[in-house]
Amino acid sequence: MREDRRQGVSLLLPGLALLVLLFYLPQLLMLVVSLGRRTAYGGVERSLSIANYLRAVEPLYLAILGRSLVLAAVTTVLCLLVAYPVAWWIARRAPARWRNALLALVILPFWTSFLVRMYAWIVLLRSEGVVNLALGAAGLPPADLLYNDFAVLLGQLYGELPFMIIPLYVSLEKLDPSLLEAAADLGADARRTFTRVVVPQTMPGIVAGCVLVFIPSLGAYLAPDLLGGGKTAYIGNLIQSQFAVARDMPFGAALSFVLSLVVVLLLLAFRRPLRSAQAL
Amino acid sequence: MKGELRIRNVSRSYGDVDAVRDVSLDVPAGEFVTLLGPSGCGKTTLLRLVAGFERADSGSISISGRDVAGLPAHKRPVNTVFQHYALFPHRTVFGNVAFGLEMDATPKAEVRGKVERALELVRLAGLGGRRIHELSGGQKQRVALARALVLEPDVLLLDEPMAALDPKLRKEMQVELKNLQERLRITFLFVTHDQDEALVMADRIAVMNHGRVEQVGGPEELYERPRTRFVADFLGVANLFRATVTAVRDGVAHVRTESGFAFDAASDGGYREGSPAWVGLRPERISLTERSGNVFEGTIDDEVFLGDWTDWRVRVGSEVLSVGEGNVLARGRKRGDAVTLSFPPDAVLRLDDPGGEA
Repeated sequence: MREDRRQGVSLLLPGLALLVLLFYLPQLLMLVVSLGRRTAYGGVERSLSIANYLRAVEPLYLAILGRSLVLAAVTTVLCLLVAYPVAWWIARRAPARWRNALLALVILPFWTSFLVRMYAWIVLLRSEGVVNLALGAAGLPPADLLYNDFAVLLGQLYGELPFMIIPLYVSLEKLDPSLLEAAADLGADARRTFTRVVVPQTMPGIVAGCVLVFIPSLGAYLAPDLLGGGKTAYIGNLIQSQFAVARDMPFGAALSFVLSLVVVLLLLAFRRPLRSAQAL
Repeated sequence: MKGELRIRNVSRSYGDVDAVRDVSLDVPAGEFVTLLGPSGCGKTTLLRLVAGFERADSGSISISGRDVAGLPAHKRPVNTVFQHYALFPHRTVFGNVAFGLEMDATPKAEVRGKVERALELVRLAGLGGRRIHELSGGQKQRVALARALVLEPDVLLLDEPMAALDPKLRKEMQVELKNLQERLRITFLFVTHDQDEALVMADRIAVMNHGRVEQVGGPEELYERPRTRFVADFLGVANLFRATVTAVRDGVAHVRTESGFAFDAASDGGYREGSPAWVGLRPERISLTERSGNVFEGTIDDEVFLGDWTDWRVRVGSEVLSVGEGNVLARGRKRGDAVTLSFPPDAVLRLDDPGGEA
């Protein structure tokens, strides 16, 4: 018993050490910074003031946070709608021997940096880009594809899609086909088999995929910056610019904590469906 | 008529494999029919064709007088008890049984009553709130049964529903299911590879082999008069011989195996002098105490103790016969003993071998 416990602790140790060193300590530092004051040259003067937090919840910044929530929500819903049929096809329709290759294709974009892939989208979408050249060749008027919300959403959808496909695939692959037959046998047509059996049975994958897509999307700044042209501010860009441009680390840190708080509150609000998904 | 099932010349193949070949079977309303056969004989495919999970390549199936060729599974008036139950893990016992009622839009007020009656029927009253993973194998099986019966199907299809139960529970469920069927008078089409199960439960048994129905008959008829070598073998006729008919006279055929083992068989008119024939002999029809009919001297080669009876392997010349003797009678025999065995000519079964060379 004692031996088991010691072994348990020693197995945990590397992960715990990393977590403390690279997550909790930096978080603590950030907390200290967020309560500080910005000096004239972008340094931090230590204090215990909540002024940065009060500023972070001013209407201007709340509007930006709201916009980010909408972007993350729309990204998540679009990902779910696109990923579900793809995951279904790979898990249940594609020949079994192709499955691993198809999954590899889903993950393949990760072999290249996200930044590079965003630039690739610029090449595709800009006014003299590949898409517009093709449109012109077909005698169609050019379309305004880059530096707008459409481009941001497209970039987000593209970037987050694998994080939705993989968990959906895992839960669809586990789905017992005899349950689908049982549903049909009991009078359910295809639509109701899907809503009454398939969706509840794959809820763990749906929840996992949504969490994996929604949370990073909330803090996204690369796609809004590069594909949106920085025209619309999202919370991720705002935080990034506080550190890199405005050199107001205390305010940037406070904004980060507000964002983290929002994520925690959302996870708490959805803990019931999250837990029921785990119970399956 | 409601509950009547007619299968006419149905075939289904997968690539080169003919899973079901030209099967015809009539099941009158309210009958308990078992499809019996080894794995791969096509019995489950036939059941799935009736359920609508598979499409027949040719032939027709009608349920309650209506051709179901164009009907998808969810519109057929049949329900299935699946081999591994296929209960919905995200629903409670109640939710599982209510599923089909929700699909056919039964008013909420009626659903509760119907589900409770169905659970009572399978002796699970009061367990409606349980989650599926909290149930034992036997309870899951009852839920699966209640879920199918609550919709009052014209025909209930059961795909080896007892396969996952331990032997004692299986015996109990067999009797219970049989009684349930007799009370409800719903047509049952029951698939199993277990001959004892088939004999205990069915009104009629269709023995299948290589996608064909080899013989259909009541349990006693099949047991007493198997018509083919395969059916005889599958129903426990342990002594099978390929023999030549050497003479037929006065209702008695004289047959001789290749090794020279020769005996008399009561002729059913099917023996032809000079032609080959398969014959079979049940172990329990051979006696070690009587001396009438065909009588042989032999020695005990081996014994297999089976609880209430012993299977003696008795060597006669170069043949080894399986002889069953109840253990009340088996008095102190042992390996190497000389014995006299006998069997009446009417114990010898003449068997066709449609798949074989004879």
